[in-house]
Amino acid sequence: MNFPILSSLILLPIVGALFLLFTKDKEGNNLTAKYVALFTTVVNFLISIYLWISFDQSTSSFQFVEDRTWIEGFINYKVGVDGISILFIILTTFITPLCIISVNNSVKNRLRDFLIAILIMESFMIGVFCALDLVVFYLFFEAGLIPMFLIIGIWGGARRVYSAFKFFLYTLLGSVLMLVAIISIYWITGTTDVVQLYEIGIDVQYQNLLWLAFFSSFAVKTPMWPVHTWLPDAHVEAPTAGSVLLAAILLKMAGYGFIRFSLGLFPVASEVFTPLIYTLSVIAIIFTSLIALMQEDMKKLIAYSSVAHMGFVTLGIFTLQQQGIEGSIIQMISHGLVSAALFLTVGVVYDRMHSRLISTYGGLVSVIPKYSILFMLFALASLGLPGTSGFIGEFLILMGAFKDNFLVAVIASIGVILGAAYMLWLYKRVVFGKLLNDDLKKILDLNRSEYFILSCLAAPILFFGFYPDPLITTIEVSVTDLINMHNTNIASK
Amino acid sequence: MENFNLILPEIFISLSIMFLLILGVFKNDSSKITFNLSLFAILITTIITFNETFSVTRETLFNESVVIDSMSSLMKIITLIGGFLVLVISSTYLKTYKIYNIEYPVLILSSILGMMVMISSNDLIVFYMGLELQSLALYVLATYNRDQLKSSEAGLKYFVLSALSSGLLLYGCSLVYGFSGSTNFDIISSQLNSNEYVLTFGIVFILVGLAFKISAVPFHMWAPDVYEGSPTTVTLFFTIVPKIAALTVFIRFLYVPFLNLIDQWQMIIIFLSIASMVFGAVAAIGQTSIKRLIAYSSIGHIGYTLAGLATASNEGIQSSIIYISIYVVMNLALFSCLLMLRRKDQYYEDIEDLSGLSKNHPLLSLCLLVILFSLAGIPPLAGFFAKFYVFKAVLEQSMFFLAIVGLLSTVVAAFYYLRIIKIIYFDKEKDKYDTDHSLWLKFSLTVSTILILLYFIFPSQLIEVVSRINII
Repeated sequence: MNFPILSSLILLPIVGALFLLFTKDKEGNNLTAKYVALFTTVVNFLISIYLWISFDQSTSSFQFVEDRTWIEGFINYKVGVDGISILFIILTTFITPLCIISVNNSVKNRLRDFLIAILIMESFMIGVFCALDLVVFYLFFEAGLIPMFLIIGIWGGARRVYSAFKFFLYTLLGSVLMLVAIISIYWITGTTDVVQLYEIGIDVQYQNLLWLAFFSSFAVKTPMWPVHTWLPDAHVEAPTAGSVLLAAILLKMAGYGFIRFSLGLFPVASEVFTPLIYTLSVIAIIFTSLIALMQEDMKKLIAYSSVAHMGFVTLGIFTLQQQGIEGSIIQMISHGLVSAALFLTVGVVYDRMHSRLISTYGGLVSVIPKYSILFMLFALASLGLPGTSGFIGEFLILMGAFKDNFLVAVIASIGVILGAAYMLWLYKRVVFGKLLNDDLKKILDLNRSEYFILSCLAAPILFFGFYPDPLITTIEVSVTDLINMHNTNIASK
Repeated sequence: MENFNLILPEIFISLSIMFLLILGVFKNDSSKITFNLSLFAILITTIITFNETFSVTRETLFNESVVIDSMSSLMKIITLIGGFLVLVISSTYLKTYKIYNIEYPVLILSSILGMMVMISSNDLIVFYMGLELQSLALYVLATYNRDQLKSSEAGLKYFVLSALSSGLLLYGCSLVYGFSGSTNFDIISSQLNSNEYVLTFGIVFILVGLAFKISAVPFHMWAPDVYEGSPTTVTLFFTIVPKIAALTVFIRFLYVPFLNLIDQWQMIIIFLSIASMVFGAVAAIGQTSIKRLIAYSSIGHIGYTLAGLATASNEGIQSSIIYISIYVVMNLALFSCLLMLRRKDQYYEDIEDLSGLSKNHPLLSLCLLVILFSLAGIPPLAGFFAKFYVFKAVLEQSMFFLAIVGLLSTVVAAFYYLRIIKIIYFDKEKDKYDTDHSLWLKFSLTVSTILILLYFIFPSQLIEVVSRINII
């Protein structure tokens, strides 16, 4: 057996967190703690890059698999990656160090505890994306609630308690039904190993109920309309680094879950419930875009735009077309980068002005030009301008949708226009216009670390916008195989 | 000739009780030595139990009125360890309230003796004898802080209601005896197979009595008051040790004498389970006293253990036993924290007293965080696995309704656990508490928290021990 690279990816942040736990907590800017956390996450990022380089793109079978007996005769600790999951792991390890650099200004007290929470969060998120056993997946999926609850609750804004509770209880409520489904799958098939389940399949008569149970969990986490209401609250109240983690990675868990479990394990039911997903996705796209138009609070606006973007993702997944699913994955990666960047840009002005209201700002372009340029890039990426990664995802999704259902695709395209509307309007009100607020005149442009973070995010957004090939070749074989497996399953039933 | 080795633990503990009483009479100021000797006695009893009976699959004694099997030895060991830890972390609390007397260890030992008899009973009379021995000791323990009105009230309430339930239990026993012609569980089991409704009454009465002892809804009314009024260390004892014994008897009754009447009792157990889970979760939300909250939470946890029993399968029984074992550890940890909330000879018991604890006592708060999330059943902590095994057994029997109600009530229950975490972590801090805790208290908190936190690394060991229990 080779070096357990995935387990080390999962364990390394926990080791870093343990190390932090035994350091002394200093008040103020605790540089030692920050360097330890940064070092851990950067090492983790390098490991994951190594993982990507040594990843064999020509096969759809799981690689770097580790399989250990965990509970005798019942659960195995099994992890592995294929083309679908590897990108999410890299996204996680890429975003986390940026989060840690960004905590400079936003977290005032108990910095060490905050970093511990972020590190533990990272390890759970990586665990979610490489778990190949349903129970192991559930463990990581649920365990992530604990650090996120604390991040929102301890370091959040004014209504943090309400938001933290709402976040926790909503997601927990969604997930318990998934637990019932997982145990039921064990009793129906005798295993919870995903690879084996792909091979033996699940009896058609159970699929619909099981699919719904998984759906209840993923729909809350995605979030899909109408259970999306926890998201704006959680985003608005969380500290910047928390919002970034939430938007960039946590939301992707559910999209990943849809592809890996809903499509993979319940092909017949996925076909049955496609209209439901289409309806909810289209409502999410149109409805939340309209809500986003009316927001006064920048963070809330971006939160609603996340719901709309995730609507595209779910739409793309259930087109069950090659382009649709590939588009969804790329859209998730791109949204991970773009929404992280947008939350960070809001965080930058929030740290200076302590206001998230759009009306506070206006005319920023004349005082902080560097900021305005980067903000423009991210806003354009969010609305899907060609040349940014946002375009590739949305375009592929819509292409898949047109193949499958013309009407849905047309309505979803309207959502693209609405997306442009709210993003551009936001940008216009914040950056352009007259500089009315006198406090804004003294505002400082990006400092070095902010500039560094935002450029780090801008680079892949542009790069993959012009040259998405590395992403597509990574996922292509796995997605093709998934669809083939799906089609043979449908044909045989 | 009977094999007396098998009941050596009971014999040893009775002799110790008598010796300690005599010692107390003849020696002045003997509290400290009684405490230490009783700890020693429990330790020896545990070792004897482990050596003599742990490898026994099933043996009966005294005309089959006492049974020693893998379940009884395991449950006795858990009882003894629980009793030992309660006793060992009690002393500071008792000294603070000036009730550090010899009666305390003696009463705890007597109730443990009663429970051991209950656990091993295979006969209605032996069972009742054990039950009354433990109850009498518990009544006195509840009133142990006799200078406080609440404590006396708790003891009196417990005595009256418990006596009532014992009466019901006894009436049920007499009905069952009338139908089967014997008090022996095995004989009852082979005799009872009629569907006469009077017999159902007998079963119902017995189950009501037992449900009272484990405080399952709707027979839980005594629990919050008694838990709140009793001295905290006694509450700790109440929440863990008698539950283990009562659960064992519950299992024994359901699966030995009443096994053939499963249609009659399964619905009752499902009802008790669902009612306890839901009520325990909902009623705890409004509480302001930690002890009352623990009372309701323990009602909820009993609901989950009963869910395992309702399945009528070996897996179900095993999952209940795993649940109660993990629950014991979690409760022990929680009470260890509670016993640390001391400031200038005064213990604090309100949820509000935890406010902002994380600022002044970060480690204690971290332990509480782990314990509370575990009680709420969030992975990867031990409490999740406890629930997981129970629901695995429940779903094996396709009892979807029970599983879904149970899991939904965990969400409700999560709310009040989260509320405590919120108070600890998000609220404004209060004055510091004393930090000069006894070594044993720190020890029990550390060990139990680590067990809860790291259970997921070695989940198989507990399953292995419990999987030897095959009642059906």
